[in-house]
Amino acid sequence: MTVHMPSETENVARVLADATSRHFGAPATIERLSRQSGGASRQTWSFDALVDGERHALILRRDPPTQGKTDRERAVAIDRATEFRVLQAAHAAGVRSPEPLFELTAQDALGEAYVMRRIGGIAIARKLLRDPPYEAARGKIASQLGEILARIHATDTATLPSLVRREAADHIAELRRSLDMLGRPQPVFELALSWLDRRKPAPLARPVLVHGDYRTGNYLVDESGVTTILDWELAHLGDPVEDLGWLCVKSWRFGAIDKPAGGFGTREELWAAYERAGGGKVDPTRAHWWEVFGTVHWGVICLNQAFKHLSGSIKSMEHASIGRRAVETEVDLLQLLKQGV
Amino acid sequence: MAQDRPSAAELLTAIADFLREEATPALDQAEPRLGFQMRVAVNSLAILEREVRLGPAADAREHERLVRLLGHEATLDELNKELARQLRTGERDESDAALMAHLDATIADKIAIANPKWR
Repeated sequence: MTVHMPSETENVARVLADATSRHFGAPATIERLSRQSGGASRQTWSFDALVDGERHALILRRDPPTQGKTDRERAVAIDRATEFRVLQAAHAAGVRSPEPLFELTAQDALGEAYVMRRIGGIAIARKLLRDPPYEAARGKIASQLGEILARIHATDTATLPSLVRREAADHIAELRRSLDMLGRPQPVFELALSWLDRRKPAPLARPVLVHGDYRTGNYLVDESGVTTILDWELAHLGDPVEDLGWLCVKSWRFGAIDKPAGGFGTREELWAAYERAGGGKVDPTRAHWWEVFGTVHWGVICLNQAFKHLSGSIKSMEHASIGRRAVETEVDLLQLLKQGV
Repeated sequence: MAQDRPSAAELLTAIADFLREEATPALDQAEPRLGFQMRVAVNSLAILEREVRLGPAADAREHERLVRLLGHEATLDELNKELARQLRTGERDESDAALMAHLDATIADKIAIANPKWR
């Protein structure tokens, strides 16, 4: 007698059929289910649900119950239930973001998971920066990113779930803890963190919803421009300029180094669009501070990605190799610190 | 005893060239995800080739500069730990020209190995 052991994909499909049927109140058939890129601990699956003859393009975001997250992931990233509520608030506030539909329950046994609508477009910077179909979109992206960011920051914080408030000082302390944990001396990062510490902006009286990972690679674009903002798992409350600075970190220009706004425009274009759309007036000194911070931040993330492999929490050549990208941010930091502002 | 040729750098170059020119196109056809991973691997081999060739002299220069900057002998790791501590406490900062010249030279050597095309 042969016993059929369902594969993980078959299991996910079965659970999704049940949960999607419950949500739509009619039987659902699941098609084209496939796992997208992403880590073992934080999975994204794409699928279609056929309900009453209508096809719904959907995404499952899922943290399996047993996969270990690193301590740092646990410390900085929000859980899926919180992410679902952040998406609800942002979507309701008119942000171009995926519409969250429903959460899976403990009985579904997929771990922390929810389903949202899938939106068209691609995120791959190399294609967006060079391929012909995106020619017209390229000229608009910097402004669109400014407008959308103003909307994100205008989200009524009363509609948000409980989020960590992270000010400049908290970020600096977190990166220093990270460097101590990694154990190798990093003089350039230490220099930059002390530079940042001496100049850190005062906490805001009213912190806003900060996306936390607002950069090229984390939004989708079609021929008309930006369609949706993805990857909300680092959302927190804090300084809106943090997102503007992060978007301008050189690593997100993917070679288009003369276009600081994510590889698509100038800082001034980005800021002007942000201000026109109701965002606060951008102080260039504050923006420079967050750009320097973002550069150290990405450098430490590179080291941490390698450490995930080195510590044995995941086995990944790709993660290991990212460790050798940290020096790119050291080059950038030495340049940035000389610019002053 | 010295190994016969190819040297480490020469052998790494030979492997990287083979993987890039012959294995990667075949993988791209068969399994694009693995083709991408292979590019990452080839890129890492190129880093190792440069490290084998340039690393020892770069480390020696860094060590020599650190001894001069900090005023005493110790291992490279110990000297970097001391410098990192001074930078965290603020004993030294970016107004120190000798410090900045050392960091510029060190990072120039590091990026020449990790990613010489980075601008």
